[in-house]
Amino acid sequence: MDPRRTARTVSDPKVRQVGFFTPPPDHAISDPPRHHDPIQSPSQSSPPVNDRSPSDSSLSPVMIPPPRHHSDALLRTALQATSPTKPFSPSTRTVMIPPENKDLRSPGRKVVYGKSPSSFSGVKASSVPASELTTVSVVNLALGISVEGKILTAEEAGGASVEVQNDRRASSKPLKEKTSKAERRALQEAQRAAKAAAKGSKASSSASKVVTSENTKPIKATKPSSQKNDGSQVAASDKKGGDRAPEKDRKKDAPHPRMQYDDTSRVEKAKKRAVVKQTEARNRVELFRHLPQYEHGTQLPDLETKFFELDPMHPALYKVGLQYLSGDIYGGNARCIAMLQAFKEAIKDYSTPPEKTLIRDLTARISSYVSFLIECRPLSISMGNAIKFLKSRIAKLPLALSESEAKTTLMLDIDRFINEKIILADKVIVEHAVTKISDGDVLLTYGASSAVEMILLHAHELGKEFRVVVVDSHPKLEGQLLLRRLVRKGLSCTYTHVNAVSYIMHEVTRVFLGASSVLSNGTVYSRVGTACVAMVAHAFRVPVLVCCEAYKFHERVQLDSICSNELGNPDAISKVHGREEINYLDGLVNCENLQLLNLIYDATPSDYVSMVITDYGMVPPTSVPVIVREYRREHLWS
Amino acid sequence: MDFQVVVLAGGTSKNLTPLVSKEVPKPLLPVANRPLLYYVLHQLEQSNLKDLIVVVEGEDAALLVGSWISGTFVDRLHVEIAAVPEDIGTAGAIRAISHHLTTKDILVVSGDLVSDVPPGAVAATHRRHDAVVTAMLCSVPVSGPSESGSSGGKDKAKKPGRYDIIGLDPGKQFLLHIATGAEIEKDTRLQKHILHAVGQMEIRSDLMDAYMYAFKRSVLQEVLDQKDTFQSLKHDVLPYLVQSQLKSEALLNGIPQAEENGNEKFSSQNNQVLVSQILFNSSIPSFHKISSVDPDGSASIRTHKCCAYIASSSSYCMRLNSIQAFMDINRDVTGEADYLLSNTSSDHNNVIGPSPKLGTKTTVGPHCMLGEGSEMGDKCQVKRSVIGRHCRIGSHVKVVNSVVMNHVTIGDGCIIQGSVICSNVQLQERVVLKDCQVGAGFVVTAGSEYKGESMARKEK
Repeated sequence: MDPRRTARTVSDPKVRQVGFFTPPPDHAISDPPRHHDPIQSPSQSSPPVNDRSPSDSSLSPVMIPPPRHHSDALLRTALQATSPTKPFSPSTRTVMIPPENKDLRSPGRKVVYGKSPSSFSGVKASSVPASELTTVSVVNLALGISVEGKILTAEEAGGASVEVQNDRRASSKPLKEKTSKAERRALQEAQRAAKAAAKGSKASSSASKVVTSENTKPIKATKPSSQKNDGSQVAASDKKGGDRAPEKDRKKDAPHPRMQYDDTSRVEKAKKRAVVKQTEARNRVELFRHLPQYEHGTQLPDLETKFFELDPMHPALYKVGLQYLSGDIYGGNARCIAMLQAFKEAIKDYSTPPEKTLIRDLTARISSYVSFLIECRPLSISMGNAIKFLKSRIAKLPLALSESEAKTTLMLDIDRFINEKIILADKVIVEHAVTKISDGDVLLTYGASSAVEMILLHAHELGKEFRVVVVDSHPKLEGQLLLRRLVRKGLSCTYTHVNAVSYIMHEVTRVFLGASSVLSNGTVYSRVGTACVAMVAHAFRVPVLVCCEAYKFHERVQLDSICSNELGNPDAISKVHGREEINYLDGLVNCENLQLLNLIYDATPSDYVSMVITDYGMVPPTSVPVIVREYRREHLWS
Repeated sequence: MDFQVVVLAGGTSKNLTPLVSKEVPKPLLPVANRPLLYYVLHQLEQSNLKDLIVVVEGEDAALLVGSWISGTFVDRLHVEIAAVPEDIGTAGAIRAISHHLTTKDILVVSGDLVSDVPPGAVAATHRRHDAVVTAMLCSVPVSGPSESGSSGGKDKAKKPGRYDIIGLDPGKQFLLHIATGAEIEKDTRLQKHILHAVGQMEIRSDLMDAYMYAFKRSVLQEVLDQKDTFQSLKHDVLPYLVQSQLKSEALLNGIPQAEENGNEKFSSQNNQVLVSQILFNSSIPSFHKISSVDPDGSASIRTHKCCAYIASSSSYCMRLNSIQAFMDINRDVTGEADYLLSNTSSDHNNVIGPSPKLGTKTTVGPHCMLGEGSEMGDKCQVKRSVIGRHCRIGSHVKVVNSVVMNHVTIGDGCIIQGSVICSNVQLQERVVLKDCQVGAGFVVTAGSEYKGESMARKEK
């Protein structure tokens, strides 16, 4: 192809061997990876092995250390749960029914109470333009208004339903999480025994019956009860990968694996908790079975239908979730900012329920918000970092702080995070990167990265003479939006698709790429196609500069783009937007033999990256772990 | 979710003249033996919207509606009734209660909507797009008499084909044009600059404005304040908002900018501008954004979004605004759309035929509904009809495709087809009615035959 190309053929076999494929020892070196599909083999040989077991993790390529905020949160909640054990048992939980606090909810409204027709004298004369409101029907029997505005009508009451509703309350839900599995089991045992005893005595049966019922119980004890809990609630606020190990200490050193979607039983469980109704896509590519893939198109209407029914969800969060789901907001920075701003709104409107502490309750609340957002779209790594930041800020709040002070502090913290970690970081990145642009350069970029866009615009403002090649790809064609903005600012641009990248690479002098994350082995996790562009650039000896804010760095190590990725809507690649005549795949979408794969991200090995431009300066990709290690503390607890 | 719900229940509608009266205002008109308003309130209750404002035209009607609601929905809904003078229109009604509106967005529902479209979907669409107004559109129901065709083509001819002309963007998310059927004479005007901005407009006449709107409160109040002449939400406010969506300078002036789209949110601080710039750049641009950006790149022209939520074709959605619609809804609710009534509430007295006394050889066909305490004589036939409570029906009576309300007395040998018979009507022996409406308290003398007439007692 090009004389420059001949030099290197080193790195990619290395990556294959060391990384994703851990070949069995007998044919370790001789066998190229394709014979032995390592995803299939463990799943065939030992089907539902508890994927927490450490022995399994060495074999299975899908075992990766998950983002730490999950385990962090779990850990914290678990720790919190240990100290006060008793208060969380349902027997001591009481329903708080504020007597008649209707007025609190409608402060600006004049409410005339009246259930009897006698109060209709309150209906004002018709000539007056401003009419009075007459309350003709009040929910007056047992109206509990918890702080988030949830109305509990206990009219169909009976003690049982009260308890169920109590469970349904969002505020009490996280509390329930905190009891460990063993404790819950013990509790269930006790309740069952009591129930069985009662039943036994009523039926005047012998004691042996009680014993037998008790014996059979442990087998199916967990399942019906969990169903009862999960089935009854509309808004489950559980964590998605939230499995709790029986022993807590084990969880501490080994972070639990992220949810594997080829594990059907776990998926079923998660589905029950889910707010967003998700139907699994049917034909999934074998290699990517472990990733969640849903039928698109049904989620949004379903979620919209439930708009008023998800009471504990804050409207701002709900809006952001809808926007994620419908794809109205995309891009790591934008999604992160939108989420943080929604959190800010939620914190602003937050007030601590009685008999709870802000630190714990707000953390739980945030967790439930996060799990909702995950259901809308899997979190990006940057969002995970931001959530971790926020949670650590909440946890570090001094206990002496009043509620309003604490809220103000948190809101300021969020603002500071946005300003320092995203905005200022971008500015610093721009300052650094501009020094690498000189007159006459031809810069290539792929997709639409906000950081790269700022760099290009800034360089243009400085009067540098350069040309931009925008490489784009189906199905999102984000590059067109970037192109539109660049052209409008007067930059001279070339637009092409990724298919032509090897052709256009001849003339390019620098490649600027954005990133969703940079992992601590230097792997750049970014929009799918980035790896391809970087490899071509590397082959052509064109320097590849990755622009990434340091808050997106992650200590995870990832060697391929399979174990952790996101699957997009498969329909998006089977249809060509705007050209209905290309319909060759019509009717084939549900065919068994056809599997559509729409990957969102890919991983670029660090060999192909010349330099990472971050807010701490321009560093080689091997220095990323240093930044992660040295500045992590500052990131989280500054 | 920061929504307030306003139900415009209406008062004594002129379209339904013999059916509604002072005693039975439109919200209380029985549809399948339940007041019309029940359907809306039930639907809202299902969606967990329990805090409502019901606006009724006229004080007397408000009293009646209020007492009904307090009797039926006590302990279930928190309803406030507002009485507004008659003939001030829907916009006037909102104006009258506008000082009670406090939340960010308002959901306005017409009281005559019989639908199973979840209101939450409209609200969610509204929120997602941060729209100024979101209208629910549904496919035009197949109106007209039932398959038997007994009521003939006369009703159809009487009713003009009322279609709303609705323009949508290619993504079917935004409302670009709306003209209600009643206003269109022969031509309708499309706005060129909107068409220019969008590039492509889809004109639909198979959609109907279902009169369920989500409004941004500040905007709605401002429009109502500024435009005193606006009478109707549907005919004045909505078209105005849709038409001015690309140049809303006149609008929103008094509003602090924070209410507007994200890109202008905080112009004070530089960083904030950058934040909103990032958000702005990485959201999928609608035509509003593209057209609001000048060639030099600065967002200058203010726009607002008017969204549409199109109900899926499988859902039931109909407005009761004519006698024909009344018949249709009665037929549908007892027939194919009976899920609107099922698992409703405590009183299940309107399941077909448990309590009424039937004479010998009396047949009640499918899709019928008999209220409690009704008595029927021998050899009666009831097909596809609704019969209210405590009716006394003699022998050899045939009731087809009709609605008979409460406390009606029907003499022997009557034949009733495609008619509506209001409460307390007395039909003496051998009356033959076809496609008639008989107002409340009317007495039809024995042996008379009527076809396609509407009869009502003279007002004293």
